Amino acid sequence: MTINRLKGGLVDHGAPLNFTFDGKTYQGLAGDTLASALLANGRRLMGRSFKYHRPRGVMTAGSEEPNALVELREGGRQEPNTRATTVELFDGLTANSQNRIGSLERDLMGVNDLFANFLSAGFYYKTFMWPRAFWEKIYEPIIRNAAGLGSVSFEDDPDLYDKGFLHCDLLVIGAGPAGLAAALTAGRAGARVILAEEDFLLGGRLLAETSGLEDQSGLGWVTQAQAELSAMDNVRIMPRTTVAGAYDHGIYGAVERVSDHLAVPEAGKPRQCFWRIYSKRALVCAGALERPIAFENNDRPGVMLAGATRAYANRWAVTPAQSVVVFANSDDGHKTAADLMAKGIEVPAIVDIRADAPALPGTEVLAGAQIIDTKGRLGVTSVTVRLANGQTRSIACGAVANSGGWNPNLGLTCHQRGRPTWNDHIHAFVPGADLPVGQLVAGAAAGQFSTHAALTTGAEQAVAALADLGITASVGDLPKAEDAPRAMTPFWHVKGAKRAWVDFQNDVTVKDVKLSHQEGFRAVEHLKRYTTLGMATDQGKTSNVTGLAVMAELTGKSIPETGTTIYRPPYVPVAMGTLAGRSVGKEFHPTRLTPSHKWAEEQGAVFVEVGNWLRAQWFPKAGETTWRDSVDREVTATRQSVGVCDVTTLGKIDVQGPDAAEFLNKLYINGFAKLAVGKVRYGVMLREDGIAYDDGTAARLAEDHFVVTTTTANAVLVYRNMEFARQCLFPGLDVQIISTTEAWAQYAVAGPNSRKLLQKIVDPEFDISNEAFPFMGCREITVCGGLRARLFRISFSGELAYEIAVPTRYGDALIRRLMAEGEEFNVTPYGTEALGVMRIEKGHAVGNELNGTTTAANLGMARMVSKKKDCIGNTLSERDGLNREGDYRLVGLKPKEAQKMIPAGAHMMSQTGSVDAASDQGYVTSACYSPSLESYIALGFLKDGANRMGETLRMVNPLEGTELLAEVVSAHFVDPEGGRLRD
Amino acid sequence: MLINHPILGPRDAAEFTYLGDAALIDRPNWQADDAAEAFHDYLYLRDNPAGLHRELWFHEQGDRSWLVVTRNTLTHEITSVELARDVALARGRGKE
Repeated sequence: MTINRLKGGLVDHGAPLNFTFDGKTYQGLAGDTLASALLANGRRLMGRSFKYHRPRGVMTAGSEEPNALVELREGGRQEPNTRATTVELFDGLTANSQNRIGSLERDLMGVNDLFANFLSAGFYYKTFMWPRAFWEKIYEPIIRNAAGLGSVSFEDDPDLYDKGFLHCDLLVIGAGPAGLAAALTAGRAGARVILAEEDFLLGGRLLAETSGLEDQSGLGWVTQAQAELSAMDNVRIMPRTTVAGAYDHGIYGAVERVSDHLAVPEAGKPRQCFWRIYSKRALVCAGALERPIAFENNDRPGVMLAGATRAYANRWAVTPAQSVVVFANSDDGHKTAADLMAKGIEVPAIVDIRADAPALPGTEVLAGAQIIDTKGRLGVTSVTVRLANGQTRSIACGAVANSGGWNPNLGLTCHQRGRPTWNDHIHAFVPGADLPVGQLVAGAAAGQFSTHAALTTGAEQAVAALADLGITASVGDLPKAEDAPRAMTPFWHVKGAKRAWVDFQNDVTVKDVKLSHQEGFRAVEHLKRYTTLGMATDQGKTSNVTGLAVMAELTGKSIPETGTTIYRPPYVPVAMGTLAGRSVGKEFHPTRLTPSHKWAEEQGAVFVEVGNWLRAQWFPKAGETTWRDSVDREVTATRQSVGVCDVTTLGKIDVQGPDAAEFLNKLYINGFAKLAVGKVRYGVMLREDGIAYDDGTAARLAEDHFVVTTTTANAVLVYRNMEFARQCLFPGLDVQIISTTEAWAQYAVAGPNSRKLLQKIVDPEFDISNEAFPFMGCREITVCGGLRARLFRISFSGELAYEIAVPTRYGDALIRRLMAEGEEFNVTPYGTEALGVMRIEKGHAVGNELNGTTTAANLGMARMVSKKKDCIGNTLSERDGLNREGDYRLVGLKPKEAQKMIPAGAHMMSQTGSVDAASDQGYVTSACYSPSLESYIALGFLKDGANRMGETLRMVNPLEGTELLAEVVSAHFVDPEGGRLRD
Repeated sequence: MLINHPILGPRDAAEFTYLGDAALIDRPNWQADDAAEAFHDYLYLRDNPAGLHRELWFHEQGDRSWLVVTRNTLTHEITSVELARDVALARGRGKE
């Protein structure tokens, strides 16, 4: 039974919608919000407060709502802390109240309210101090359990979220009278306009008021304006869109609730879309937010803002109760009384703090009176009024319409740290002069409270904004509108009230503000942090100014002297999923597949993420039970015959131009000028501070053409640094570079039979015999009957080995061909694990060793550093601190017991002596089981390592309390003379 | 933020990678007598102005130009954008 539904309004009385709240089924109408539908059903109680678990009902009719926060929907779509005032009702909507134990009516946590004296401002700091041992085990779990309001479902959200980009000349934020007048003005002038409105209907307060326009209805003009704007190609109207942040250079972030008004989004449509709007100018027409007067027990369900009460009656045709008392400090409250009475609601009295309050027919105006208390456990049942003559009177009612004046909605004007200024005429903060660049403000947001002023400033500011852009516009015909002065007597709180709520969402009362003052937290930023005033998800939209006013009274200063707080983005809470958009799960980052990926999948390869790449880690075969089985086999087969590995992920940078060699000299510690055409050289790059950061090879394909490789991890960084060197440091060099990582599929073919295998696919006119194509050779060739390819005789495994590159689109064909041709040699594909084992066996450094602290000397490459030329990092690599006697050197390590694993990260300690940081001799960087040596092995950095071969040290892992003995050996475990490479 | 690329026009800052002070262009001469000290200052000493700051941005998701952007660190206002190569040449950088 919808007991509080009125006639009229902008709801469809012929379109009932069923919904449930706390498991109970109710009926609302199309056009309702969840809040209006609950009110229609006589439900004032909608939630529990944060700290004291006081019963709470809806207070506002917009996104500033502090109280009526619900858990919306169920399962993966469950959404906590959703404001019932902004939830558009749909059939089948499910909502639940939150922050309660037991039913909403009998919340067991309501006991907190009895202990309110202990839970006042700063109680955390006072209560949870001692004993120290309780901090983590007892206090923190209690606090964490009590904190927060709604709960999350922990299920995956099934809906899609998206991001988009929009551009415009003028972004109009808010489609009330000011915004509509602005959009019409700019649209008619031909400017590209975006009109963003948080509500699902355009019109703003025109939909909530009966008194806005003089010779036509507000709705009539809104409909007409919307029709005209909709017909303009240069205007984009975006309802259900909240502009949440103002960023640099005219960029605004906006959340469009594309499907929130539906049970399930339409196929292919996102639930919400985050728009990045690039505006040349932006006009904030965000209206004003009403502020409550603080009085004792002003938080009972049924105590609402007067403007919201009026909006519910006029727009949604609902009333919170059949009998409503108005509490006011201006004529604005009288409007609510008049509109309610026109709808047949009883208004027993207007309690007006002004001694000279005007009379209003149909109700008793109690001039000079104040509400000093309310009664009613789960909703207000009466108010206690102190009359002008000092007597008190109790008035029965089901709701209170509370009218303390209006504050311009400043959020977006402060997002670039703009400070509002105080306006003594309207007793409110208005936007200051330091607005975000390109931003203007019109209408109530600028403190222009009459409908006439909203319309004219909207149009005028649009003209001004466009004039900046060289677009001529003019203020056209605007409807005649009320232009009444907004006389008001500032009144913030009823004297003597203690538990009079200022910040409803964070449960901050007048008493808390007084306590803050008493304890010395008087600066506005201290007040905020000590009491948490304004720090809830509503950012204190309805409470900040009142809190300041109370503090101002206590300090005897004016409000502007007391200060102001500014707002940060987002204007309303934005779901993390909306900001993430489609970048979730597997799509969190792009996935790069190697050319052999499909083939490797067919082989049942296990893949590993390497940056964005997916690489084959190993290729399990039938009968292999552990990864070690596969990896050991791959290593052994490669060392005994031939193996193939996709190394496409290594960065490849093409360097061309007459000064190419000179350019590489600047980048590598070693020289490249004298490298012969057709030869490859290994090189190490330093950071400018002298630390090694990447290594790779440079192959000279022609006098003026090199191909440089980088590690997989540093491909982007090396390229960036090379461009920096080319453009910023050595712009006189005639050299061009480009990344060709994706252009070439590259395979390592390694093992004693690698040449024989390659000879089967390399076209016969190319002689790749050892004599014609020796170690460290490179050549452009053709394979498989004319396919262009590049062949490099380089080896990471320590075997006779090559890397062969073909254009990427032939990568899949090449791996299949190599496998087919290699059958006679039992060719074995190997993954990154076997690659890693073989490089450790050979003592090659990778990222584990190039860890941001190591120098070329640490790596045993001091002699590579050419002192005859400059290179990046050269000068600072000579610093004393990097060249100390007895510094770290890369060494190999062999456990005394071959089958005992040396943990990577273990620290080396002397065999005798203490185990502590002071005795630290070095650390293990890489470790593996070597099938070639049939022993675990490791690499590490050891102080004075080069002179300590044969020593036995303890490998200590203090984290697990383990240690074992290992012998210091050469890092080159396999073929230290390098004979296999040259065969 | 928007960076008005001298070749491509206004581009979103998200397309760029930030490096830092444009003084990094002025790499010291490695053969100077005070090279070690000069490189130390070059690498580690930076001004941290509240106001105009000339800084290097790399158009990594774009045309790979390094730019010198003059930005007010207090307001993020960008007053000029130049190709770093032009700046480097104007400051006398060549092959060394």
